[in-house]
Amino acid sequence: MLEQNSEPMTLAALQNSGFLRRGRLLSQAMGVLLFLCAALSVLITGAIVWVLVSESWIFFSQIPLLSFLTDTQWTPVFTDAHYGILPLLTATLWAAGIAMAVATPLGLILSVYLSEFAGTRVREILKPILELLAAVPTVVFGYFALLFLTPLARQFIPGLSGFNLLVPGFVMGMMILPYVVSISEDAMRAVPMSLREGAYALGMSRLRTGFTVVIPAAFSGVTAAYLLAFSRAVGETMVVAIAAGQNPNLTGDPREGAATITAYIVQMSLGDLPHGSVAYATIFATGLVLFLITLAFNVLGFLLRRKFREAY
Amino acid sequence: MNISAPSIASQPGSIVDQKSSAPEGKASLRASVKDLKFWYGKFQALHGVSMPIYDRRVTSIIGPSGCGKSTLLRCFNRIHDLYPGIRYEGEIALESEDVNLVSKSVDPILVRLLVGMVFQKPNPFPKSIFENVAAGLYVRGMRNKSLLHARVEQALRQAALWDEVKDRLNKPAYELSGGQQQRLCIARALAPQPKLLLLDEPTSALDPIATAKIEELIDQLVKDVTIIIVTHNMAQAARISHHTAFMHLGTLVEFGETEQIFTNPREKKTQDYVTGRFG
Amino acid sequence: MTSQTKSEGRIVAVSRGQDMAFAVLGVAVLVLAMSLLAALIIDLMRDGLSRIDLQFLTEFPSRRPASAGILSAWVGTTLIMFVTALLAIPLGVGAGVYLEEYAPKNWMTDVIDVNISNLAGVPSIIYGLLALGFFVYALQLGQTILVGGLVLALLILPIVIVATREAVRSVPSGLRESAYGVGCNRWQVVWRYVLPSARPGILTGAIVGLSRAIGETAPIITIGALTFIAFLPPSPLQGTPPFVNFDWLDSPFTVMPIQMFNWLSRPQEAFHVNAAATGVLLLLMTLVMNGFAIFLRYHLRRSLRT
Repeated sequence: MLEQNSEPMTLAALQNSGFLRRGRLLSQAMGVLLFLCAALSVLITGAIVWVLVSESWIFFSQIPLLSFLTDTQWTPVFTDAHYGILPLLTATLWAAGIAMAVATPLGLILSVYLSEFAGTRVREILKPILELLAAVPTVVFGYFALLFLTPLARQFIPGLSGFNLLVPGFVMGMMILPYVVSISEDAMRAVPMSLREGAYALGMSRLRTGFTVVIPAAFSGVTAAYLLAFSRAVGETMVVAIAAGQNPNLTGDPREGAATITAYIVQMSLGDLPHGSVAYATIFATGLVLFLITLAFNVLGFLLRRKFREAY
Repeated sequence: MNISAPSIASQPGSIVDQKSSAPEGKASLRASVKDLKFWYGKFQALHGVSMPIYDRRVTSIIGPSGCGKSTLLRCFNRIHDLYPGIRYEGEIALESEDVNLVSKSVDPILVRLLVGMVFQKPNPFPKSIFENVAAGLYVRGMRNKSLLHARVEQALRQAALWDEVKDRLNKPAYELSGGQQQRLCIARALAPQPKLLLLDEPTSALDPIATAKIEELIDQLVKDVTIIIVTHNMAQAARISHHTAFMHLGTLVEFGETEQIFTNPREKKTQDYVTGRFG
Repeated sequence: MTSQTKSEGRIVAVSRGQDMAFAVLGVAVLVLAMSLLAALIIDLMRDGLSRIDLQFLTEFPSRRPASAGILSAWVGTTLIMFVTALLAIPLGVGAGVYLEEYAPKNWMTDVIDVNISNLAGVPSIIYGLLALGFFVYALQLGQTILVGGLVLALLILPIVIVATREAVRSVPSGLRESAYGVGCNRWQVVWRYVLPSARPGILTGAIVGLSRAIGETAPIITIGALTFIAFLPPSPLQGTPPFVNFDWLDSPFTVMPIQMFNWLSRPQEAFHVNAAATGVLLLLMTLVMNGFAIFLRYHLRRSLRT
């Protein structure tokens, strides 16, 4: 179009070219379109907050906040209805806590091993295996926890009931292990070799160097890994819904079954709740609590990771 | 100027003598740099550079690392504009158009349609040889198949690559050797018939044979197109350029005919550099 | 002299001992993780593999476990995946490309960044609640395949965005500079050069995202996917013009993970066998998809090195 003849172009000709102008307009239009795609994420967050708050309004306008936070029973569908979040909350924290108790030591060992000891070949084989572990659908993990691990564990742990918090907690720990290892190891590998070399020069073993030099240097990155993993464990649904039972139970004994926040929401969703009732609103109220907890840990984790990235 | 110190140009049978003779006729102005200043954020990289660019001559920009030669070159096609926080002051005037290439009112994309660039590391597109050379033509809206083929062939001949690739124009560019890839990049820059051809250390990543081929090529090319070349290889500058600009710490120390710069520099810094005392 | 070298020798020996012991520990933990995965796979297959036959794949669920099948479930999974992919991939790639190629470094971009990072960590059940309140009720879309596809698309959007950003970031800057150098405008550089170069990485991310979506149960339960569906959604193809209809989007549905969960919740062991069989198929799908994605990524790294 511009080049019907082979005379050299002038800037004036280029500036007047309709072809180029159309191209520029397209580029700008695509910029706007792509911006909308990106801005969608903000809209989604806004929508989540809006839905959770507006739908649970029915609940919070009728149930005093104090009893919500301190009542020890959660029986929203009984005639004598109690709306204390404590049973659900403690079950959630128990399960997540057990998961962290499993994932923290194993995760530390694995990430130090992968970043400080293992060669590239080993790493190239092992990281995909961890990725596959993370790829298993949670409902399959739930099956495994209920029908294989719990009967197995009952042979060793006296008093372990068919539904319990211990086994799903353990399974969740193994489920979040790949996240923990991946984020921690990334952080550790970003620590410059020069720091390690100083320690090696003093005669320190790799193990010592790993724990006394690398991990402190990668501290914010590693902590972020655990915060994000905890958030993931708190939000996990299927494993606990299947293997921990759906009976709200305020207990200090993880050998018993108890419904977590997520399991409760699932249970209610399976039933038939009239839209607009207090019972219906309970799933949003509990969902709001869940969202706030995970939000806090996610934001903390994000800030720590960013702080770590800036340092290195 | 005391030139008892040895200079590469004063050796018998020196490289300066080996350069092919300049095109006939007095050189006219193709562009002129007028008091050009450039900032990366707060750091001022160019301090008021002024120099002429002569039509269909090779102008080389030399100097030690960090002197701003690449920075200066990249002002000519506004490639700096890809990055945030940059600022120009002053002018690069294109004579035939009476336009300031670095002015805010001029769209950088239009500048790049007039000025071609070849980078240090050969970076052909992951496409066929034909598509590489035609890339700049597509952008200008050329659709006519026969015209495209003609222009691609012309550019490849100018880049001394036609005979080597004419039977495999549809093969991937990556199959070519390093030197061939660089000549392909030159053809790619030449196809749209730019007003200026910018070469940013075009041979520093190549072996001596490929380098020699490209230097030969430049000698032929300059008959049709104005060339500005940045090089850290002084001997190369002395071999192929007609005019040389010596830069140091973002300032143009001296500009003149290549022969004069290398045999009889006016500034002490220039003499120190060309005799190898620093850089 | 001798005592010094002796104690130095001991330090070295202790160090080496520590290292060896830890290396063993590291391998032990890995073996633990691998054996857990192996035990899971073996257990599932032992319980359910034999149950998988043509009848299982082509029958609807039933009150009698022996005649129940997963037809409605796998059809539902396939249709939902279609909607999810159609939504999540363009939107996710678009957002990723914007953030890497177009976005200026200002507060707005920061806000978007934080948001995406946060959304990646939001529990999947919250997405279910969002879909329930917003799509099912506020927009009155009902408990349909469309909503199912929407909620899963939102769920995996962060995965696709992050994968796209990383793929685009690893496109060599030389390619961009020469594309701009030749006179391309921003969209031309993105469309003709950056995206084709980033395509393998983006594809990997899309596969990982879809594989995650296939296995998701909680959000689908929450929007009210019925667990006992003994019918198929209407077919997208029809005999009369315009030969394609979209009624299927409006249909109630079920998916494979829900079917598995439903059978698992029954006390009868025969249903558990069905659940195991479904689990085997789910596992097969997700492991194959992820394995393929890992293979693609490995292949990609190889070709970049040459």
